[in-house]
Order: sequence, then C-alpha cells, then structure tokens
Amino acid sequence: MQCPKCRAPMHTYNRNGVQIEQCSGCRGIFLDYGELESLTRLESQWQQPAPPPPAAPAAPQAYPAAPAPAWGAPHGGHGGHYGHKRQKSFGHMLFSS
Amino acid sequence: MTADVLPTLAAKVRAAVHPGASVCACGTEASSVLADRPDGTVVRHADTVAKAHAPGTDPGELAARMAVAAHRALDGVLLAPLSPGTAELHGRLVTFWPYGTPVDPETPEAAPWEEAATLLARLHRTPETVLPSGLPPMRGPAKAARAIARLHAAGPHPAAAPVLRAWSVLPAWARDEASMPNTRTLCHGDLHLGQLVHDPGGTWLLIDIDDLGRGDPAWDLARPAAWFACGLLPPDEWTRFLTAYQKAEGPAVPTDTDPWPALDVPARALTVQTGAQAIAKATAASRALDEVEVAVIDACDRMSAHPPELAPGFPT
Repeated sequence: MQCPKCRAPMHTYNRNGVQIEQCSGCRGIFLDYGELESLTRLESQWQQPAPPPPAAPAAPQAYPAAPAPAWGAPHGGHGGHYGHKRQKSFGHMLFSS
Repeated sequence: MTADVLPTLAAKVRAAVHPGASVCACGTEASSVLADRPDGTVVRHADTVAKAHAPGTDPGELAARMAVAAHRALDGVLLAPLSPGTAELHGRLVTFWPYGTPVDPETPEAAPWEEAATLLARLHRTPETVLPSGLPPMRGPAKAARAIARLHAAGPHPAAAPVLRAWSVLPAWARDEASMPNTRTLCHGDLHLGQLVHDPGGTWLLIDIDDLGRGDPAWDLARPAAWFACGLLPPDEWTRFLTAYQKAEGPAVPTDTDPWPALDVPARALTVQTGAQAIAKATAASRALDEVEVAVIDACDRMSAHPPELAPGFPT
C-alpha cells in the first residue's frame, strides 16, 4: 500500500491486535474502518483499573503494552509525533556514540 | 595527529589487501575513510578495513578484547578480526577487519531491531569461561563520565543544570566512580545502530570492540530504552527490540515482568550522556538545541522528581 500523502510504501503494524498501516516516509498512519474505535475501546480498557493508587507513590505509566519509566516522556506510549521527531537530528543520534 | 595517520593507514590497508604488490591490483582506486574521529580512524580498501584505535589505547586491554572477538564462541555474534594481532602506526594501535555493510542511515526505520536484540542476548549469554582474565570492564560508564567532563569544559549553558542534577543522583558505578556490580557478563558497551553490519550472506553482526568488557548487560539495552523514554523512538520499535531480546533469553531483563527496574539506571545514564553531548556540541557550534535535543534535556529534568530505581532482586 502506498501513502496517499507522500507516496512512500506503508507498513502494517499490529497494535494490541489492531492492524494499522504506517508510512515509512512521513510516518503518517492509516486506519481501516472501525480500527479507530477498536483502539479507543482498548485504551479505555487499559485506563479503567488505573486511578486510585492508595499506597504506591509513583504509580506506573499509561501504556501496559510498553511499560515506561516514571521520568519518561508524558505521551511516550501514544505516539503521533514520532514522524515529526524522526528528523535529521534523531536519525543522527541513532548512529552515534 | 589524525591527519598523519590517515594516509599511512590507507597505505597499510591497501598493503593488507595486496601483500607484496607496490600498486593496487584490484581497481579500487582509493581507500575510503569510513570514520575519522578522536576515538578511532577507520579506512576501507576493497573487502578489508583497518582501524587505528584512539591514542592511549591500552595494548593489553585491546588484546583481550581482540581475543574475545576472535573466539569461536562469538562466531555469528561479533565480527571476527582478520588476524587477532595488532599493528602499530605512529604510536596508534591498528587492527584489521573484513568489511561489512552497515545499516543505511537514510532509512533508520528499516533498522534491524530484532537482529540487534538477538545478537546482544547471545553476546550476554557468552559463558564466563570464554572471557580472558585480562578483559577489562565495559566502558559504558566511562563514556558517560567523559560526556559530563565535556559538558563542564564547554562552559555555562542554561540546559546544563538539569543534566548535571540527573547525573549527580546516579549510583557511583554508573558514574564510573566505583566498580560495576556485575563483572560476569560480556557487554558491548556502546550499542547504537552504527554498531551493526551484515556480511555478504545477509547475516548481521556486532562490530567495534573498543568498549567491550564485563559489566551490567542492561547498559547495552539502555540507549534504545533512553530513546523510547525520551519519546523519540516509537513504542512499537522499542517493543520489537525488547521482545526479541527477551525471546532470545537475554539475561539483562526479566522475561515476563516490567524491565524498567533493571533498565532505569543505565537508561538514565545514557539520557544524561546524550544530553551532555548535545549541549557541548550546540555550544561549540554556537547554535540552539534542536527539538530532539530538547526532548532529551526535558527527560533529564523530569528525572529529579523520581529517584533512580534500585533494581531489587535482580542478578548481580
């Protein structure tokens, strides 16, 4: 499948059982009919048992699929900005000591 | 100094490819420079690569690291040198390697995360009996400490405070001020996407033994972990990497519970190291920090609200 925006090939990823297509060029995401609803439903399931942390001071994070440290980026589990951030500077960082 | 080493190193690698011939016989006009940095100069001619290691490299430590790379137990994990010995050139130690194709920097999204993780798991599972007695600790914490020294040398910068604050609360071993708690596990010491090459058959291997040694294997997972925690590496790529490592039974993290108690300290150290380098570079170039660098500094800033985890009950 080709990205409607930049024409680069799109790759399929499985996010909690939902197939999503992500563009290898601009990192934009394509969702089939009903997939957004599936993701939203899954997300609300994850969040339901979360709120009251009576004794634990640093309650863990948002996304059980990929646990993150308490100091992690606030939206570390939800993506959306990676295409934008995977710019030259991070590309370079991936390859340097 | 490097300017002197380059042409001689090029001649040396050419001579290694064509021993006894005064001219190049393979039609490869010039040798290509793969890297020329203070920590190493790397020149390629045809299928052979020569590396001049950093000035001041300890010959005994390099020999022990070479012995590990040449050991049959590391076949298919670490690129093996063409010969286990070292040459000397203008006071620099030189080693010879077969050329391997690196990850294409233009398509980092095609990065072989699973392969990288599986190679690390196999590296970490190397039996201790394979490790030579002279094998030093891996140099991860030393490199982090060096980045902090560079930050200090760069002069004052508004973003330096959160980086130094995050550094100051790390345990002494992570700051290279005490010996490492784990000395039984073989670690790479400087994993990033530039440390993978594939041979003509398409098999991926780890390269660069300069920081290889004994230590906490979580350090080798900590750079991708830090990128993920800073919100730079997409969660799916991080998950692919981590899951492949767990599947290959790597010892750095538990296979079925939260990996972060084990990853926390090394991932903080790598985040701090990256932030310190970013500030030093930006200062040297008289430019502002870019968006990616700011994301790293922000992560350092958030660390002060959460003291490091102590990795309870984890093998030392």
